Amino acid sequence: MDSNEDGATRRDFLYLTAGAMGAVAVGTAAVPIIDSMNPAADTLALATTEVDLSSVQPGQTITVVWQGKPVFIRRRSPDTIAQIRAEDWHSFRDPQSDQDRVQKGHDEWLVLVGVCTHLGCIPKGSKPMEPKGEWGGWFCPCHGSTYDQSGRIRKGPAPHNLKVPDYAFKSNTLIVIGEKPKSAPKAA
Amino acid sequence: MSRPANPEKFSNPCIQWIDERLPIFTMLIKEYRVFPMPKNANYLWSFGGIAMTMLILMIVTGVFMAMNYDPNTHGAFESVERTMRDVNYGWLLRYAHMNGASFFFIAVYIHVFRGLYYGSYKTPRELLWIIGVIILLLMMATAFMGYALPWSQMSGWGTTVITSLFGAFPLVGDGLVTWLWGGFAVDNPTLNRFFALHFLLPFVILGVVFVHVWALHQTGSNNPTGVEPKTPKDTVPFHPYFSTKDSFALVVFLTLFLAMIFFAPLALTEADHFKQFDPMQTPDHIVPEWYFLPFYAILRSFTLDISIPFTNIILLPAKLQGVVAMFGSIILLMFLPWIDASPVKSARYRPIYRVMVFLLVIAMFALGYAGSQKPEGLPVRIGQLGTAYYFAHWIILWFISRNGFMGVIPKEQTLPVPASISDDPCCKH
Ligand code: HEM
Ligand code: FES
Repeated sequence: MDSNEDGATRRDFLYLTAGAMGAVAVGTAAVPIIDSMNPAADTLALATTEVDLSSVQPGQTITVVWQGKPVFIRRRSPDTIAQIRAEDWHSFRDPQSDQDRVQKGHDEWLVLVGVCTHLGCIPKGSKPMEPKGEWGGWFCPCHGSTYDQSGRIRKGPAPHNLKVPDYAFKSNTLIVIGEKPKSAPKAA
Repeated sequence: MSRPANPEKFSNPCIQWIDERLPIFTMLIKEYRVFPMPKNANYLWSFGGIAMTMLILMIVTGVFMAMNYDPNTHGAFESVERTMRDVNYGWLLRYAHMNGASFFFIAVYIHVFRGLYYGSYKTPRELLWIIGVIILLLMMATAFMGYALPWSQMSGWGTTVITSLFGAFPLVGDGLVTWLWGGFAVDNPTLNRFFALHFLLPFVILGVVFVHVWALHQTGSNNPTGVEPKTPKDTVPFHPYFSTKDSFALVVFLTLFLAMIFFAPLALTEADHFKQFDPMQTPDHIVPEWYFLPFYAILRSFTLDISIPFTNIILLPAKLQGVVAMFGSIILLMFLPWIDASPVKSARYRPIYRVMVFLLVIAMFALGYAGSQKPEGLPVRIGQLGTAYYFAHWIILWFISRNGFMGVIPKEQTLPVPASISDDPCCKH
């Protein structure tokens, strides 16, 4: 049998290439199978939700469903906004300014994915009688995470602020959640 | 090449005919009749067979419940209620399956305790032990997905909390969670896949149990002395000695199981498991099933982010620490044969290890309590203590079974081991 100086034969070479081809084939076949578990086209098609804000009063919070998850929309009064923006946010766990969490010119509207960033419970604080926690925002009953009126984590185990979804204002009182804002400068 | 015909073994010609072509009866006789069992094996050795029986019971009740189950978010809860109310003996199927899971875990936890106490994980049974840990992981996955199927508040929220754990992994976390859900929340695609997998996994477990028993029959059973059988005098044939003993243990176990089904079928179940899942409303207190509580407590024991000193940059968020510790606590068991280097198997002759195993059991109960409580105040501290012991246990074991550690952890002085099973004072006859 042909063999080079290391003692490797043609047969070894064929074994290795055949094995490598087999591994590639199995890997390739695994892709569609694994990817079939990702969100399907119809699930993705439900990706946006339109919300009419015209009846929401200052101080009120509404909850809408987007992609199977609750979205909190709170209309904040100018006093509240002033109060939140007076705080120094640099030392917060997930430091972010209130301006960065709303859209410029629509500063009163706070739009949040209502899913606790700890382990996915739904924080209380959207309905009038619910506990809102020390900062007047939301309180998660599961492990006590407390969020402020900008949806930022202030106390408890959650690692991040409540997520702000993509949303675009179609008019002053109509938003589409799940759609990227057009040019979307954040509030100054 | 012609093979010699099987010598006539069976007086029944029909059995003889089959056995010559497929030696299944020869195998059964070898493995379940003459199979040599250490004659001193105690009742803790009955729990493997009990676990096997529970597995079959779960498969049978499960398959028949599946015939009435509707794996869809709109119909699942109602179809389970219908099984309870309208299907003939549906209540029995469901209660047997629900409580069966609990009793399956009771049997397996006792079975694992037996292995820990008598050193059944040591040479030559390392692989047998590792296969056992794989079975345990598969059982946990199966039970977790099964709990989602009634689509109750506890189903939906338990699923949400546990699947969200995977979001703790850096970079890939969010994508992983979406992949697990098949969407952007726990919803219909999640329920569908959980049903498919909950149906499949028990048969996978059955296959792995087959390999487990195969490995067991290669090495033979351990026994309370941890001394391997040396002469035929040390063993007795499995049948009738252990077939009888195991049957008795099984009957007692099943009696307790039936008593539970008939007199307290809901004692282990949360009230929120009987309300339909509402993705917009989290129940006040989410608790997993009792057999997950110790691990749930480990998960929640980590409350401090580890960050680069004097900065806000978090290296290891508390959530990630908890997730790694929870999965690690079980994976770690696979390495036990190499963590423990003591040549003596049975805790009977290991004065320090013996105390440690009992401490471990106490720690597990403490963790179980902590996991059942709201995560505030004292229960959190108890959980953290339990977690600390759980992990310290293996470190201490490493050192006592070697040369100790800097005078802090002593080297264990083992007691003299009997020369053979027949010299075990417990059963000298
Ligand atoms: C579905 C679950 C399981 C079933 C049906 C099962 C079944 C069995 C059976 C029938 C035996 C022989 C009888 C006995 O010695 O008790 C056995 C032995 C054994 N099992 Fe399991 N087992 C299961 C899970 C586990 C787990 C989770 C572990 C360890 C983590 C484990 C470790 C062992 C060991 C080490 C032995 C040999 C023990 C000895 O003879 O000392 N098993 N198993
Ligand atoms: S899920 Fe909200 S605090 Fe844990």
